[in-house]
Amino acid sequence: MAQAREIDPRPWYLLSPALLAIALLVVVPMSFILVYSFYENIDLGLDAPAFQFGNWRELLTDGYYHDAIWKTFRLSAIVTVLAAVLGYVPAYFIANTRFRHKWLLLLLLILPFWVSFIIRTLSWIHIMGNQGAINGLLLWLGVIDEPLPMMFNEFAVIVGFIHVFLPYMILNVYVSLEGIDRNLEPAARTLGCTPWQAFLEVTLPLSLPGLAAGCLLVFVLTAGSYVTPLILGGPDDFLFGNLIYDAVLSELNWPMGATLSFALLVLLGVVVVVYSRFMRLNQLSKAFG
Amino acid sequence: MRAWGWIRAYAVAVYVFMFAPVAVVLLLAFNSSQFSGFPIEGFSLRWFRRLFENEAIMRAFETSFSLGLLTAACATTLGILASLALVRYRFRGKDWITALLISPVLVPETVLAVGLLIFLRWLSMPRSFLLLLLGHTMIALPFVVLVVQARLVGIRRDYEEAARSLGASPLETFWQITLPLLMPAVFAGALFAFTISFDNITATIFWRPAGTETVPTQIFGMLRNSVSPEINALGFVMIVVTVGVPLAAGALARYFARRRQ
Repeated sequence: MAQAREIDPRPWYLLSPALLAIALLVVVPMSFILVYSFYENIDLGLDAPAFQFGNWRELLTDGYYHDAIWKTFRLSAIVTVLAAVLGYVPAYFIANTRFRHKWLLLLLLILPFWVSFIIRTLSWIHIMGNQGAINGLLLWLGVIDEPLPMMFNEFAVIVGFIHVFLPYMILNVYVSLEGIDRNLEPAARTLGCTPWQAFLEVTLPLSLPGLAAGCLLVFVLTAGSYVTPLILGGPDDFLFGNLIYDAVLSELNWPMGATLSFALLVLLGVVVVVYSRFMRLNQLSKAFG
Repeated sequence: MRAWGWIRAYAVAVYVFMFAPVAVVLLLAFNSSQFSGFPIEGFSLRWFRRLFENEAIMRAFETSFSLGLLTAACATTLGILASLALVRYRFRGKDWITALLISPVLVPETVLAVGLLIFLRWLSMPRSFLLLLLGHTMIALPFVVLVVQARLVGIRRDYEEAARSLGASPLETFWQITLPLLMPAVFAGALFAFTISFDNITATIFWRPAGTETVPTQIFGMLRNSVSPEINALGFVMIVVTVGVPLAAGALARYFARRRQ
């Protein structure tokens, strides 16, 4: 009884609206996805409660779905690696620059978050499309006679993803680089390291948590998308998310949509769990503080 | 120091990569050509005029604005209450509660969207504006909690305790001490929530009722044919709203803060 009296109800009053919202809008719906994945699809938009594994069998045996899973992982991995390569150097620059207006560089990093995602994505049509800046310039210079086809393929999708997710990567790497003791690299230098060695042996390992957090974010965000391939890709450029979109919004096959959604949740959940075995998840929230 | 020169050039190139496409949209919005791309034929405001005459787009703007404002109000209220509990009280299971509140960030939006939709289907409720509002609030909530929490940690409890010892009730203390000190975080959180809602397309496509369009879904629909020049003008307006307004607000706040000193 003594213990029961010690529980202070006040934080729970404050928390209850938010917890109720998350429970009703996230936790309960997630369990409904699982339940629905065993339902049977009868006709367009019509399904019957059942407990059968038909949807799961289809997912596990049909090569079409395997292809989509493989494509999604491959594309997400490519985007993640390229974003890491492109993002590390600017983060290093911002962390180490003696430029007086460093806040401006940081503000410019946050600015893209405020620019509409769909505008940023479609802007690449103006850069790489037939009437885009690159083709316009090359035609004007007389280098080419016909516009180069650069749009509506996998390359355009990759560029679009990197463009949208790069700020996440740079911010995460920057936060961990900023936390490194500034005396360490000079110390390594006085002990005989070349600048490159000092970077490889000291700075890079210490910045790995930020780099890993950035990679996880970019990977998960890419693997869960479907809009970018619809705007920038061709008919063959689809991700797992596009299958969900098709199942739910075009075919009105709710049980299959539920099965695919749950599968995506599990696949990305595995990625997050593997990551958290090596890194701590709270690294992710640092970039927002 | 040659290496540093390369690093600087690399960083500048990445910044150009991030901003050149957006700059091109801003530029093309004023192109008088009847095609949306290059070459630029002349300066004209005709696409803006066309934009404001387009009723579907204006309706989408109205929807997006009211949705964004309501989402900001809901998510900020829930987020502040939850953050107060997380920062100001000690209780068991706090880590779990925090993880639960942040969890929508880790679930792909597509999955969140389908889940909520299936739940609604089970309840035999049709898609509605309320669904969009609840959904957007849920998506924005983790970000508001993170922003407000970070700020709240920095506010010393001494002020609150002083107010309490001078006879203020807990509610009075909150209204007169904590909330004013928290105002910057409230604004930051609300702005964040508004932008998240105003910009959302992934989940909105699933949740919108038939016939309702927000600005992003409207643009998405218009893209099916081709990029019309109106979209560039629309992009210009959206960027001014989501970038210009917060920047101006920030600059004004700084200006007034400086004058007061």
